[in-house]
Amino acid sequence: MNRLNTLFQQKQNLLSIYFTAGFPKLNDTLIILKALQDAGVDFVEIGMPFSDPLADGPVIQSSSTKALQNGMSLKILFEQLQEVRKTIDMPLVLMGYLNPVLKFGVEAFIAKCEEIGIDGLILPDLPFELYNEQYRPLFQASNISNIFLITPQTPEERIRLLDQHSTSFLYMVSSAAVTGTKSGVSQHQIDYFNRINQLNLKTPRMVGFGISNNESYKQVCNYAHGAIVGSAFIKLLEQSTSLEADIADFVKSIRGV
Amino acid sequence: MYQPNEKGFYGNFGGAFIPEMLIPNIEELKSKYLKIITSESFQKEYHRLLNDYAGRPSPLFKAERLSSKYGANIWLKREDLNHTGSHKLNNTIGQILLAKEMGRQRIIAETGAGQHGVATATVCALMGLNCVVYMGETDMERQAPNVARMRMLGAEVIPAKSGNRTLKDATNEALRDWIANPTDTFYLIGSVVGPHPYPDMVARLQSVISAEIKQQLKEKTGTELPNYVIACVGGGSNAAGSFYHFLNDNQVNLIGTEAAGMGVDSGETAASMACGDLGIIHGSMTYLMQNEDGQITEPYSISAGLDYPGIGPLHAYLRDIGRATYIPVTDQQALDAVMELTRLEGIIPALESAHALATLGLLPFKTTDNVVVTVSGRGDKDMKTYMEHFKL
Repeated sequence: MNRLNTLFQQKQNLLSIYFTAGFPKLNDTLIILKALQDAGVDFVEIGMPFSDPLADGPVIQSSSTKALQNGMSLKILFEQLQEVRKTIDMPLVLMGYLNPVLKFGVEAFIAKCEEIGIDGLILPDLPFELYNEQYRPLFQASNISNIFLITPQTPEERIRLLDQHSTSFLYMVSSAAVTGTKSGVSQHQIDYFNRINQLNLKTPRMVGFGISNNESYKQVCNYAHGAIVGSAFIKLLEQSTSLEADIADFVKSIRGV
Repeated sequence: MYQPNEKGFYGNFGGAFIPEMLIPNIEELKSKYLKIITSESFQKEYHRLLNDYAGRPSPLFKAERLSSKYGANIWLKREDLNHTGSHKLNNTIGQILLAKEMGRQRIIAETGAGQHGVATATVCALMGLNCVVYMGETDMERQAPNVARMRMLGAEVIPAKSGNRTLKDATNEALRDWIANPTDTFYLIGSVVGPHPYPDMVARLQSVISAEIKQQLKEKTGTELPNYVIACVGGGSNAAGSFYHFLNDNQVNLIGTEAAGMGVDSGETAASMACGDLGIIHGSMTYLMQNEDGQITEPYSISAGLDYPGIGPLHAYLRDIGRATYIPVTDQQALDAVMELTRLEGIIPALESAHALATLGLLPFKTTDNVVVTVSGRGDKDMKTYMEHFKL
């Protein structure tokens, strides 16, 4: 059992924040993680920047481009995170695209994640089938949870398959969109959340894409285990003049306290 | 042996490395495309349009003066005479019929040189379907006449503003559009790239090129097998179509030419075979140009249609098993070949096609050899570059 499982058993209305490693500055990673933990965020997704992020909208795209210009790479990210567990207790998930991971070497990558204390991975362009055939034993031996996405278009049969193979949570994409392009929660989406709830899945769900404020956070918490905020947080980082204070205020504003 | 397996792999290359958001669309396409495109009614309508609308078969022309110069029988497969000016229409006619059969009303496409964008806008006008074309902002400038053509045909042309603002970036934007519009939209990919089943589907739709070459060469020489088939490769659709029906004929030498830009060692190149290694681009495992951290690097070629950091997985496989040979050709070699074909045969080729013509002097032909070069497109769209370069 890793930190994610413990968290999902103990707590509801989870708030997870995504940020791109190396943005706004190369060495902000640990500062941002500490500020998020101090602000009471439940877990964090650290984005591994990629040159061609297919599932991301303009905000995360440009943060990735900036991070790469700043010199971020997997090697540097792992160096930054080497001693992260001395100060950070909350679960940590790495999110990114498959090509840099392949180039690093999947086995070396997983070994590094285990060594550092990473709890989960979200690799949107690693299809379930390939994961299942080639990488599942590797992930499981290192107790690293591979997190699958479901969308409003995913058929029930496939949702049940992904549910069965999930070991922490399912990432429920709130609508047909890339990240950061839609906001608010429509009746259409609520129908989708209800439809998923009626499936009685074993795996808890986190809703992501389009969650940007207290209203959307509270709304989706009625239908899922919690919410993931990405692009709205990146926008904050872009403008921030004082990371610690601004991050604390941002998290408070989402939580509504 | 040259068909992908059911997961879309040619050996180690291909597959469908796509986010979950695209899986329902790709699964639907995968389950339907072969049944539809091999059906009698599809084939009948596809060939009717190829003949009466595109103007096929395209001629196979014996280029006498080129033949004397290079000491072999040089045959030009005239895809430049296809309606809209390139081979691209062969594929868009097929895919638009498929999109209609699947009930999709909105068509999206990516384009580099604009040839595929024009071919897509053309069939959308023909069928009365909405058309959105993504094109890198850099390419919109260097291929302005094609942007105007697409707009005349009723397409909306959306500039891709990320990266170097070329074909790779346009393809990213088209994929993002498809993620955001999963139910009414058909993504009409222009080359043998992208997730399975696109590479196989586009290769099949372009294979009319090699089917015609076989028949025409037989009529003209008595033998259906040439000694060489030469075609340029960006993503690789005209080459895939030119090679397709010769793949099992091992005595036919298959030559692909990729864009070396300023040279394979210059860092300013699009030669993904010569300079790339294994990775994933646009949902496909193939050779691509990337740095040591697995970030895809920006390609460069004078030719917008070849300015792509990856290559179709079929070509990666053909190279790996030694069935085809890929030769890098620089901007300068291509420009020289443009002028040579123009002055020797009275044909102004596209910059892309000139990369194929540029290898004529590099191969060890015998005087009796039949050499087929696919002239994938005509040079009208490149006149701005030619005017500057040749000081016209």
